[in-house]
Formats: sequence, structure tokens, C-alpha cells
Amino acid sequence: MSDSMQTLEQHTKSDYKYGFTSNIETDKLPKGLSEDVVRAISAKKNEPEWLTEWRLKAYRQFLEMTEPKWPNVDYPPVDLQDIIYYAAPKKKKKLDSLDEVDPELLDTFNKLGIPLEEQKMLAGVAVDAVIDSVSVKTTYKEKLAELGIIFCSFSEAVQEHPELVKKYIGSVVPANDNYFAALNSAVFSDGSFVYLPKGVKCPMELSTYFRINERDTGQFERTLIVAEEGSQVSYLEGCTAPMRDENQLHAAVVELVAMDDATIKYSTVQNWYPGDKDGKGGIYNFVTKRGLCKGVNSKITWTQVETGSAVTWKYPSCVLLGDNSVGEFYSVAVTNNRQQADTGTKMTHLGKNTRSTIISKGISAGYSHNSYRGLVKIGKKAENAHNFSVCDSLLMGDKCGAHTFPYLEVQNNTAKVEHEATTSKIGEDQLFYLMQRGLSEENAVNTIVNGFAKEVFNELPMEFAVEAQKLLAISLEGSVG
Amino acid sequence: MLTVKDLKVAVEDKTILNGINLEVKPGEVHAIMGPNGSGKSTFANVIAGREDYEVESGSVLYKGEDLLEMEVDERALAGIFMAFQYPVEIPGVSTSNFLKSIVNANREARGLEEMNAMQMLKYIREKIELVGMDEKFLRRSLNEGFSGGEKKRSEMLQMALLEPSLAILDETDSGLDIDALRIVSEAVNKLRTQDRSFIIVTHYQRLLNYIEPDFVHVLYKGRIVKSGDKSLALELEDKGYDWIKEEVDAVAV
Ligand SMILES: Nc1ncnc2c1ncn2[C@@H]1O[C@H](COP(=O)(O)OP(=O)(O)OP(=O)(O)O)[C@@H](O)[C@H]1O
Ligand SMILES: [Mg+2]
Repeated sequence: MSDSMQTLEQHTKSDYKYGFTSNIETDKLPKGLSEDVVRAISAKKNEPEWLTEWRLKAYRQFLEMTEPKWPNVDYPPVDLQDIIYYAAPKKKKKLDSLDEVDPELLDTFNKLGIPLEEQKMLAGVAVDAVIDSVSVKTTYKEKLAELGIIFCSFSEAVQEHPELVKKYIGSVVPANDNYFAALNSAVFSDGSFVYLPKGVKCPMELSTYFRINERDTGQFERTLIVAEEGSQVSYLEGCTAPMRDENQLHAAVVELVAMDDATIKYSTVQNWYPGDKDGKGGIYNFVTKRGLCKGVNSKITWTQVETGSAVTWKYPSCVLLGDNSVGEFYSVAVTNNRQQADTGTKMTHLGKNTRSTIISKGISAGYSHNSYRGLVKIGKKAENAHNFSVCDSLLMGDKCGAHTFPYLEVQNNTAKVEHEATTSKIGEDQLFYLMQRGLSEENAVNTIVNGFAKEVFNELPMEFAVEAQKLLAISLEGSVG
Repeated sequence: MLTVKDLKVAVEDKTILNGINLEVKPGEVHAIMGPNGSGKSTFANVIAGREDYEVESGSVLYKGEDLLEMEVDERALAGIFMAFQYPVEIPGVSTSNFLKSIVNANREARGLEEMNAMQMLKYIREKIELVGMDEKFLRRSLNEGFSGGEKKRSEMLQMALLEPSLAILDETDSGLDIDALRIVSEAVNKLRTQDRSFIIVTHYQRLLNYIEPDFVHVLYKGRIVKSGDKSLALELEDKGYDWIKEEVDAVAV
């Protein structure tokens, strides 16, 4: 078993009560949300005035908005005044090598099993690790820079490529898109920025590990990926969070822009702390992810494996503006114990000959609730648009729930839309069969579940797929029998 | 190998096995015949450890151990194999990966080293040939869309790979064409050894022409009502079950 898996396993053990919280001294704002806090965040990050104003505008819009009530989830309200909106690990100075990184921080990385330096080299993965709100270390940057690829923290991009940030921030997910997106726009802490110049195919997977570190700190990452004409990139986002008692809000925004003939593949393995068996604690994961296929023949693929969080509210979507553009959504969402997930996608067809595929696999166990919510929208001018959706649910036990809410809006009658949905229970017959061949019950369950989710795993980069399968196994531990 | 004493089994308060006695020694082949619904599959399932059944009384010893105390997977790893009458489909699970994991799970249980990919491929190919299967099945999902006969052959392949001590074949011959029947029988015959035992559930004496049983038992209303050698199978083929039913029912009145 790899170190990272061992760590994840530790997370799921109930006797491991508080997880690990590293004692890095943090420079943080007091709790609470106000215009002053927004200004202070912007000032701490040394942002240009236009961005401060952008944040403030978002904040004012946010004040006019209310929390959405339509998702099929139920949780106590979040007290936004009880959250710390800025915390940064104290930096001595600009860091040139890992030796200069706070050893405690490195230790935390090791506990998380995040591969650094050598491991990264071996794995061929460039990692931009975000601890709390400030990126600590970005590697492979120079190598990527040779190709003109920018891969850095969002804050860094604001300092070094303000014109790009200014041009694209909020262009896919407007600041006032929804309640949590507006909140993020006002107080976003950090995140990743990726820019691919014309014709450049990124030679490696770009990967970011996120982690919530500071107690009571809400996380508001913001990621922006821009792929110019003919470029290609595959981006991996992986999350692990340590145990904790208080619910924590996580409201991220991800924006993707793909120009003519550009391809963006965005893969996520999400394993935030889900709370304990009785539903105490756990992360609230309210995320807005959207990709704009702006150019002709552009393509955006979202692949997600969602196993964590107490409450998930997330719909990675594609706006298919360019003619012949393609949007794909592959999802495995697992809920166990008291977890609740309402996840799915929106495919908005605007250009001609646009195609979208939706493959959603929901697995529910324990007392959890797992909802698929998807919208396929075919605009007036979207001649010959084509959507194919499959949405399957697998139930383990009889206390959990699976729900599907497919919506369809078609304004052009040349559209072809296909939808399939199934719900099945994990079969006693299947379990008996596999165990009769000598597989343990746990192993038999994993075999069945992984078979169920295979179409989605096939879309993940190899190493990720292996990790994702193990994660599934850990998430479902003890859910049968 | 297997000693079954006065085994009574119920499903949902309905008694299905009503006092089975059976002794299977190493190397023996026992055929179990009997009308539909007489309890043959139930018996096989109880030996394999299926949970839906409630053992009301009786005992089952396997290699001297109390079998009824063992979990399904423990029994499998202890060398009990059941070829299913209706093998279940498992979508998305590749047959080759499945075979690898069951072979290695069983090897581990026997204290043998795991096979690496090359050894495994060689081993699987060898056995595939034995049961006359096409290699292309390895790439498909386990049993998914397999024809009835293909499913049965896949069961035989698994048996050949796992080399069990006691194999229970539940109507493996049903649904096989004549060639397949011959190939499967030959495979079983090749696997016959001095210490490997078989319990073969079948409706057709034809199979027993190929696989010569040491004993033939007739199961009726949850009881073994007649036992004999292979000539009993011929007699059944000839006369059907009515004469046995009459005998038994007459005694019961
Ligand atoms: N899970 C169950 N629930 C209810 N009844 C059952 C169950 N399993 C078996 N039975 C009943 O027990 C009886 C014996 O069934 P079994 O499948 O063992 O018969 P069989 O001898 O294998 O028949 P066949 O030759 O048709 O395969 C039947 O009446 C069947 O309906
Ligand atoms: Mg039967």
C-alpha cells in the first residue's frame, strides 16, 4: 500500500479523533466577513486595485443573494461570521528549494503522502501544493516555462500575469453566478492558474493537492485554466483533509476556457473529511465548476471521483459555444454513513454540431443520500446537437437513497438526446458468487463496485485510477455485512 | 472428505432438506439426481455456505472440520468449489482480472507465492485449452452476455484454475451442446485424482457415460431416497422417477 493510501486509511479510522493539525504559525485575520475583511484579504495579497474592486463588487452582490435551497441536501446553516477568511503559513522569505520549507509543513506533506521532488520527478507530475490559503511550493515551473506554459498559484498569477487574470477571471463563472460563487469571488484565498499558449501540448499531467489545514478556516480556492488555440492539457485535482469536529465550508470556483481545437481534461479525486458515522463534522463542499468551449472543435472533459465531504453540491458544467465542440462529464459519487451528495452537470449546447456525453455512477451506502442532477440544454442555434446520458445508481443496503433529477430543455428540433438510467442493489447473488471463489466480503464488494464504476475510471489517468479505486474501497469500508 | 449427517435445512420456515446423510471420501465421484425442486441446488448451496438457508439440525464435517461454522470465502479457500447452475453476471469486472485475483487468493491461502503476470498468463492459457474456451472471453466482463454454454465453460475454467479438493457441479451439463458436454466431461476426468472429490448434480444419465460416478443418489423431497452405483442412473433414464416417488410416498402414508 502506498503511503498516501495509508494516510487516507488513517483518516477513516474513528479512533483517529482529531486528525493531524500542523502547528505552523499562521498569519490570519480574525473571524468574520465584511467589506473590511475583503479589503484586508486583497491588501494582504498585495493585489492591484482593479481586483480589490472586483472582489468588493462581488461582495456587494453576494449580500443581495440567498443560499440556494433547491439541492436535495439538508444541513444546519453555516455561520459565515464564524469563519476565518484569511490564513497563510508564515513565510520567512521567498523559497528557492525544499530545504527552506518549514520542516513541520514538510512533515504534513509526508503524512499526506504527497510526492515531493524525487517522487514528483519519477512520477512525472508537477505539483502545486496548496496548504490553507497560500501556495507554498511550485515545482517544474521552469520546465513548463520553457514551453511557455504558466502553472502557478492564483496569487502569483495576479502579480505576474495580471493582464491574463483580468481578461479571464469571472468570464466563465460570473461573480454573481450563484451565492457560493459570489462568496468565493469576494474572499477567494488562492488556487491554481494554468495558461497554455497556442499549439502547446502540455507534456505532463498538472496536479494540485489541496488540503484544509487551519482549524475553522473556510477554503475558497479559485482555479483558472486557459487553453489557447490547438493546445492540450490534463489537470488533476486531488483532495485529502484531516479529521475535524467542526463543519467546514469549502466553496471553490473553477473556470476553464478552451479556444479553437483546444482540449482540457480536468480530473478530480475528492476526499474531504466526510464526518463520522453519525454525521458529526465533515466538510461542506459547495463548488462551482464550469468550462467554456469557446472555440470550434474545442473539448472539455470533467472526470470526478467524489468520495468525501459531509455535504456535496457540485455540477461541473460545459458551455458548448464553438461549433463542433465537445463536452464530457464522467462521475463516480460515493456516499456512506450520513453523507449527502447532490451532484451532476449542465451541458449547454449553443454552437452547431456540438456533442456532449454524461456518464454518472452513484453509489450509496449506510444512511446516505446520493442525487444526480443534470441539465441538458439545447439552444435555438445549436443545429444537430447530440447528447448521450447514462446515469446509474447502485444501492448498498436499504437505508440509503438514490435520486435522479434529469432536466432537458430543447429549443432546436434537430437535436438528438438519449438518456438511460438504472438503479440496482448490490446483489447477494454477486457477492455469494465472488466469495465462493475465495474473495473476502470486502474484496467482493470492491470488485462489484469497481466494475460498476469502470467506465469512469477508464477516463482517469492511470495512477489516479488506481488511487481512486482504493479510495472507493476505503469509503465503503464496513458498509456491507 | 465430506460427512453430512441428518442435515435439515429450511428457507423462510419451509423445510427443504429433510435429513440428508452423505459420505464422500477422497477421490470419489458422487452423482445426485432427482426431480425438479427436490433440493439439489439447495444442498449444493448449503455446502458452499449460502446465507439464505437456515440449518435446522444435523452436521457437516469437511476434512474433519465443522463446515457449518465457516464463512463462504473460508470454505472456498479450504478447497470447496461450486460450479453454479446459473452463474451470475458481474458487469465491468474483466474476466482475466477476476481469474488472476481468485487464483492468487487461493494460492495465498495455500501458502503459495503469488503468480506474476507472465506465469499467470501461461497458467490461464493452459487451463483454457483444457476446457476448450476461446481466449477472447478473458477480455470480456465476467459472465456478461455469455451464452448459457459459455457460462458453464467459464465455471469449468475456474474449477480447473483453482484445483479444489471438493467440487460440486450443479447441472453443469444443462445447456451444453454435445461437443461441449464431451469437452467439459473430459476436463473433469483429467482433474480426477486420488484426493479430489466431486459431487455432480445432473438430470441426465448421458453425462454419467462420460464421467463415471462411484455412487448415484436420488434426492426427493429433501431426502436421499435411493443410492446405488451407475446402473441406478440407467434405471432412472429408463423408468423415470415415478417408481421411486411411489415407493417413498407409499412409505410416508
Ligand atoms: N431462496 C428460496 N426461497 C424460497 N424457496 C426456495 C429458495 N431456494 C429454494 N427454494 C425452494 O426449495 C425447493 C428446492 O429447490 P432447489 O433449487 O434446491 O431444487 P433443485 O432440486 O435444484 O431443482 P432443479 O432440478 O429444478 O434445479 C424448491 O421448491 C424451491 O422453490
Ligand atoms: Mg437446481
